[in-house]
Amino acid sequence: MAITAVVLTLRRNLFAVVVLSGLYSFLMATVLVALDAVDVAMTEAAVGAGISTVLLLGALHLCKSEESRSTRSPWLPLALASSVGVLLIYGALGLPDFADPNAPIHQHVVPRYLQNEVDVPNVVTAVLASFRGYDTLGETTVVFTAGAGIIALLRRRKSSTEKNRDGK
Amino acid sequence: MIGELFEHFSYLVTVFLMVTGLYIVIARGNLIKKLVGLSIFQTSVYLLYIAPGKLLGGTAPILAPQYGIYSNPLPHVLILTAIVVGVATLALGLALAVRIREAYGTIEEDEITALDNARQDMERDPDR
Repeated sequence: MAITAVVLTLRRNLFAVVVLSGLYSFLMATVLVALDAVDVAMTEAAVGAGISTVLLLGALHLCKSEESRSTRSPWLPLALASSVGVLLIYGALGLPDFADPNAPIHQHVVPRYLQNEVDVPNVVTAVLASFRGYDTLGETTVVFTAGAGIIALLRRRKSSTEKNRDGK
Repeated sequence: MIGELFEHFSYLVTVFLMVTGLYIVIARGNLIKKLVGLSIFQTSVYLLYIAPGKLLGGTAPILAPQYGIYSNPLPHVLILTAIVVGVATLALGLALAVRIREAYGTIEEDEITALDNARQDMERDPDR
């Protein structure tokens, strides 16, 4: 997956970049299955690899599909990004070990969630719909705002031939 | 030190992906490439949330009598929301890129800046 990400950085043909990002999403979904997050993996495979790729291809259809060679030097962004990375690794060393059952994340509210209070065997569904329903309300607001913004942006286009692009 | 790094391997992968996404966003001038970099950055955040929720020997958090250990369901819920929000913002960014392409004829940041500067010069000094 890391290799895919690096190749993605280096390719200039945007079509290859889009296809590689779909591949990257599928690999990420596999990793999520390995980490027991099956619901998230399904969503990532459907949304990340499916809808995002379709949207990117639709945008590529309307734009030029070749990236021009950058005139700026890549060293300043590289140095900035690596220093941020070193800082983050330093911070990550203070976090609990991988799969440590005594980590705070497993102690706080989750034992109660796993009591099956709402009689739904899939705990993710139960938490999403019952305990944290307001999250979904906020998410719907964001999606609605994004959709309204896209409609407002794309409606003012001059050529009517390209009007039937689906804007999510 | 090496053992400690090994126990934090998931965080190392996360940080590597995050740095890659950050580098693409900063260094590449093409707007669509920037958006792809942003989505890589985003998936690294998914990994950052999901990885600590894993328990060794645990299964997916679907209750069944034959299993006793489940991975933590709370990050899964949060990330489900984040994925959908992520694709919404990606769609909005792409719509912006398409509009910029129609207005300027390019989606390269350098060329857009050059066009803007040229227009400002024209407005400041129209006789030139």
